[in-house]
This record gives sequence, C-alpha cells and structure tokens, in this order.
Amino acid sequence: MTDVRHEQPVVTFTGLDHAALAARTRRWGWLHYARYRQASEGPFLVTALMLAIGNPILYLAAMGLGLGSIVQADVSGVSYLHFVAPGLLVATVATTGAQFGTWPIFGGFKWIRNYLAAQATPLEPGQMAQGETLAIGVRLFVQAAIFWVIGLAFGAWPGGWSLLAIPIATVAALAMFTPLMAYSATLEEEGLHFNFVQRLIIMPMFLFAGTFFPLESMPIYLQWVGWVSPMWHGTQLARMASFGLAVPPWLVGVHVVFLLACIVGGQVWAHRTFTRRLVR
Amino acid sequence: MSDVMAPVKERLANRPSWLAPLYAGNASAVIERGFRVIRNANWGVIATGFFEPVLYLLAMGVGMGALVGGVPGPDGREISYAMFIAPALLATSAMNGAIYDSVNNVFFKLRYSKVYEGMLQTSLGPMDVALGEIFMALFRGLLYAVGFLGVLGVMGLVTSWWALAMIPVALLIALGFASLGMAVTSFMKSFQQLDLVPMVLLPMFLFSSTLFPISVYPGWVQGVIQALPLWHGVELMRQLSIGFFSPMTLVHLSYFAGMTVLGITLVTFRLRKLFLR
Amino acid sequence: MPVIQAQNLTKKFGDFTAVDGISFEVAPGESFGLLGPNGAGKSTTMRMIGGTSLRTSGSLTVLGLDPEERGPEVRASLGVVPQQDSLDEELRARDNLIVYGRYFGLPRAYLETKADELLEFAQLTEKAKAKVNALSGGMKRRLTIARGLVNEPRILLLDEPTTGLDPQARHILWDRLFRLKEQGVTLVITTHFMDEAEQLCDRLVVIDHGKIVAEGSPQALIREYSTREVVEVRFGSARNAAMEAELRGMAERIEVLPDRILLYARDGEGLLEQISRRGLNPLTSLVRRSSLEDVFLRLTGRSLID
Repeated sequence: MTDVRHEQPVVTFTGLDHAALAARTRRWGWLHYARYRQASEGPFLVTALMLAIGNPILYLAAMGLGLGSIVQADVSGVSYLHFVAPGLLVATVATTGAQFGTWPIFGGFKWIRNYLAAQATPLEPGQMAQGETLAIGVRLFVQAAIFWVIGLAFGAWPGGWSLLAIPIATVAALAMFTPLMAYSATLEEEGLHFNFVQRLIIMPMFLFAGTFFPLESMPIYLQWVGWVSPMWHGTQLARMASFGLAVPPWLVGVHVVFLLACIVGGQVWAHRTFTRRLVR
Repeated sequence: MSDVMAPVKERLANRPSWLAPLYAGNASAVIERGFRVIRNANWGVIATGFFEPVLYLLAMGVGMGALVGGVPGPDGREISYAMFIAPALLATSAMNGAIYDSVNNVFFKLRYSKVYEGMLQTSLGPMDVALGEIFMALFRGLLYAVGFLGVLGVMGLVTSWWALAMIPVALLIALGFASLGMAVTSFMKSFQQLDLVPMVLLPMFLFSSTLFPISVYPGWVQGVIQALPLWHGVELMRQLSIGFFSPMTLVHLSYFAGMTVLGITLVTFRLRKLFLR
Repeated sequence: MPVIQAQNLTKKFGDFTAVDGISFEVAPGESFGLLGPNGAGKSTTMRMIGGTSLRTSGSLTVLGLDPEERGPEVRASLGVVPQQDSLDEELRARDNLIVYGRYFGLPRAYLETKADELLEFAQLTEKAKAKVNALSGGMKRRLTIARGLVNEPRILLLDEPTTGLDPQARHILWDRLFRLKEQGVTLVITTHFMDEAEQLCDRLVVIDHGKIVAEGSPQALIREYSTREVVEVRFGSARNAAMEAELRGMAERIEVLPDRILLYARDGEGLLEQISRRGLNPLTSLVRRSSLEDVFLRLTGRSLID
C-alpha cells in the first residue's frame, strides 16, 4: 500500500477510506507534520520576525561598523565589515537552529505534548522528526534571507555570490539542530541539561567559531573548539562565497562533509530517539 | 490548646499600620529557602554560570585583541583590548544575572511553579518575598563577581587595588537592575512578553562601550547610550580596574543610586499587583 | 463571635464577576462548606479570606481582622490547602514542611519535631527525603495538607481537598479532618462533591455564578429543596424526552436529563411499582435517597459535574 499516490482520493463514496488515509499519512506524514508545525508557530511569529529583523541590524551595526572601526588593518584581505558579515549571518542563524533543538523539542514531549497528539494519528515518530527538520529548515532559510537583505543596506556583501551564504547558513544551522533535537527527545525530566548544553556547547561553538576573527589567531589549543563547531565550517564556506576567502579544496570538502554528516547523523539519531520515546 | 504561633502573632500585631499588609519582617525565611535550594542544586550549574563572561573574555580578548591592538583607556592612555573589555563583561554579567533572577525567575515562580503562592499562604507578606528574592539575586551576583574578578587578577587584567571595589559596585549594578526588573515583571502578563527582555538587553550590551569605545558614533547616538544604565556600569568598572577617577565617577555612582531608589519605590507600589490578584 | 464574617463580598476580574456580593458567617469550631460547580467563585472566595486576592467591594473580617489590611497576621492563624498543590519542587518533602514553617516565623527546633509528626500524619515518613516530583498525586495532596497544619491553624481552608484522590485516600483524609474538628479547628471546605459536603460540613452555602443560592445544613437543604427519595429511570436517549409526558403527574417533580429522567417522590419504591404497573418499562431503574446533587439541580437547573 505504500505506493498510494498523494492524489488518490481519501474520501470515497463509502465514506472515509481509512486504509488509504493511513497509507497516505505513511507516505506524506512528514510533510503534513511540517505544515502543522509551521501553523502552530503562529502566535510567536511577531516575536520571531522582530528578532529576525532586529538581530542582523544590531549585530551588523555593532560588530560590522562599531567594532570594525577600531580594527586597524584588513582581515583576510578584506574590510572588517566584509569579513565579519558572513560569519554573523551563519552564527545568528545557527544559534537559532540550536535553540530550536532544545526547549521546543523537549516541550513538545513534555508540556505541549504535540508529539503525543500527533502519535495518535498514523504518523510515525521518524516522520515527525523529519517534519520538524523541514519546518525548522524553512524558517532558518527565511531568517538567513532576511539577514542577507539587511546586509545589503549595510554594504556588507562585495558580490552576488554572497547569496550562497543563505543556503550555507541554513545547512550549518540544521547541523546544529538535528543532533540537539535527537538529544532533547531523550530527556524525561526538565532539568539542568539545557543549561549545560547552552554554556558548554552552544556558547563556546559560537565564540570560538571564527565569527569575529580568523580562527588561526587563537592559540592552537583553543582552535579545536572551532573545528568541531558547525558554525565554523559554515562560516568558512560563507566567506568563500562572499569574498572569495582562499580555502584549499580538500578543506572545502571537509567543511561540506562535516556539515552534511552532522545533519544526517543527527536525523538518524533523532529517528531512533523519537521512536524510542513514543513507541513503548 | 497552646498556641505555637503566639509569639509570632504578638510581634505581627505590633507592626506599624502601613507595613501591616505588606511585611512580616521575615524576609530571612525566604533567604533561608534560597540557601537550601542552592545546597540541593547542581554545583555544575553554578560553576558553569560563570563560564559565560570568561569565555567571552578568552574569545574576544585573545582573538579580537590580535586584530584590534590597543584601545584608549579611561585615563586616555592606551590599554590592551582584553583589559578594555574585561570590566565591561563584569558589568554586563551583573546586569544579566540580576535581570534573569528578577524577571525570568520571578515570572516563572509566579505563573508556573507557584513557589510564591505557597509563600503567601503563610504569614509572609509580599515585601518579605521581594526582599528575600532580591537578596538571593545579589548573593548569586556576588559569587560570580568574586569568581570573575579572580580570573581577571590571574590574567593580569586589573592593575589597581581599587579593582576590589568592583565587587560592591557589581552588587550595586545588580541591585539597580534587579529592583527595576522586578517592577517591570509586575506589568507582565504572558510568556511571550519575556521574549522582549533580550531585545532590550542585547542592544544595550552591544552598544554601551562594552566591545568598542562609543567615540566611534555621532554625538546624538552617544547621548542616547549615555542615558542607558549599562554604559554607566561599564565606565565605572573600567575606571575601577585601573584606579582612575574623575568627576564622572560620581555621576555613574549617582546614576545607579537613583536607579535603585526608583526601582525599589516602584516595586513597593507594585508589590500587591505583582503578588496578589 | 464568628471567626469569619463576609458582607456583600464581591470580586471582579475586568468585566467578569467571579464573586457577586455574597454574605456569610462561620462560627468557631464549625465545619463550613462552599458547594458549587467549577468556576462558581469558591476558590476566589478562599483566596480573599487569606488576603491573597484583593476584593473589589464588600467587607470581610477573619478573626476580627481585615485580611487585606493585616494579611500576614490573619494568615498566622490560617492553614491553607489550595486546589492546586503549590509545593516547592526545588525542595525535598520534609524540607517543604520545615521551610514552610519558617515562613510562619516558627523556631527551627519546633519544626524539626513537627515535621516528623506531620509526615507521620500524612503517611509519608518513608518519603521524607524524596523529591516532590517523585511523589504520586495522592502523596503530593497529603503533603500539601500536612504543610497546611504546620502552624497549628485555628482555621483550615481546604479548597477541593480530595479532588484527584482515590476512594481509600479520601476516607483517610476525611478521618483526619474529623479529628482536627474534634480539636476545635474551624474547617472551611470548598467542594463540588456532594458526598464530601454531606460527610464533612455542618452547614454549607450553595454558590452558583458567584452568588449564594441557598444556605443550611445538608439535611435541611435536602428537606427544603428535594423530596426524601428519587427514582432514576432510563428509556434510552431517544425516548427519554417523549416519556416525560407519560410520567408527568406521577411524581412531585420531574427532571429530564439527556441520559435519564429523575422523579422526585417521598416513596420511591411505590412510585417505581406504579410506573411498571402502567406498562412503562424503563431499561434501567434505581431508587435512591435525595442528595445535595438534587438540591443543586433544583436550584440551578444544572448538574454539579458536567
């Protein structure tokens, strides 16, 4: 029955065709779930939009212009504004991605119980995790695009290839999101886990991701934090796209593979943790 | 039946009438609870709480310092970038901690965990609760300020014994923000409104001469920033870190004294709105 | 002299009137009930007695004091058991009792022994060191009640004390409350359970939409507003309404509910016989004594539990 096409009518003359409905859900559940997820964000849209517009303006003005004005020389061969803008785009979007992977996922199991509600339908746990990633991915993409447009007004982009920073930031953000989503689904008790995640994972990854300065200017014993941070890999790619940062081809490969591995690995893990949580 | 509450009742009966609905003179019980909670709390959380300013200092001081070089200090002489941001990070962390305790924590305990509801079923009054909670916020602030100052000392980022005064000043900054924050919380209705708090704090952090001097801005922008509290906190801390004082030192101190008086007055008037319905 | 005295007590939240000008008195040592459906204004009344909700108008004294003017002093003599447990989840079970006692300004030494005594009372001695979140719903309820006794209150306010408890736990709790009453503690109880009100209350007021619609002892209320017995018959949901016409005149009063018909009569068995003699064969039938549920139905046209 898994080959039932999306178009096949579910409501037939004999009433609701439950088998067809179930089959369709099995095939398209992740999409339904993603749509539902987006709809449920409605009340928070205004806040989210204010942040998506406010953050780029604040960070570009403070870091790009303010901090940039006391940086004495060009960085990586370009002005500080051009240097920092791709980093800020990736870092802000990826931080949002990481946050989506913590409380909202945990809350979905614990308080709002939307996963439990969805589970009463033929949706499978793995599909919920996929839908979650899709819905969040769309939001992060929109947020990245808003950042890019605002960056235009600041003169932050030297060329059109900087547009690629939008998908790159989305990918880097999902690389933060899916592993955290998988982890959050394992938590039964609201405790201090997220404090540790925020302070020991998200924040160091943000500060040591070479967002504000080239990672090489750190002592070598601190550089590894950047190497394991999706934000650094994303930032490097975004800088290549925006102002042609020189990166050897093998390292480009490392950046791409690292990010994709995080996303896929996280998704597979999430499939497991969602299933373990919901099917018992 | 002998009345175990007799001594308490006698004491309560003799309070001045303006305090009678608000205060039982027992804020220490709220503080005692706070310490019991800390004792049960996970020490890892308390320890990592002061990672944030230290990580900022490491990343920005070392990494950014390599790009920036020297920055003019409070006395006009050049100081290293790490020395420039370190006192600012202490002021910011005092602000963030105080706001978190007086806004997010208070709102959560009011609306969700019902801790205050339990307290106010007893002979505590709203003022006991407010005083106790502000004290606890200051105590946490003290822990972090001492820890962070220790890090600054080890890293050689303070050059004067006046730097020890950064601890009481951190408490003054925290008190100003905590009292005002609690007053603001009394106007809050929904969790969504909590999202507005970072929208105020983040720009203040980014622009209040924390990471670069405000001289890079046009005059009117400088004026706006100088009206905001964090700038005064940052400048004051910076002066203390090298032991340099000017007439502005008094202005900064008076700003926070005024803010605290305003905050506490407002909180007192809003106590019933905050805790009673 | 009454321990609680309310005159035209009113509480509005914006346009909504939660408590609409109620007046009542509670005598020392009395067990007084506020009976009504959810949302009738009972909890708000309780909160006003404790001074944690500010009234819109009217007057209220508790032990001769206005709780709004002298809240801490009034609450020194009160024990409060709120509808939703407000236990401190950041403290362990026994610490909840001790810290709560400290809020009353009680000495630590007294509380050390009192806490053990209360844990015993609540049958939670083994759970002394347990985290609140690790306790079952019934245990949390018992701990909340024990906590309300830490200051040996003269008046105990119990808001829906047994909601969420299993039948056995309810009976244990009722037994404890009887003992407190014997010691002279005044009980003020809100409930939407009829059996609870009948068991515990010397006197009660029935509240609906924030107003008192009747007052008296449970027996007096039943006598006044209902008959001695009730016959419940079911003809199936499609036929219940149609049967009303057939049954009219046979009983003193008839109530047609969606799922059954209630016939009020002095002699229930006799009425049931009469019904079957007429050839009206209900699917099920039941004769029982009138309860406060019937009083409430009569007074408001609605059942207590929807």
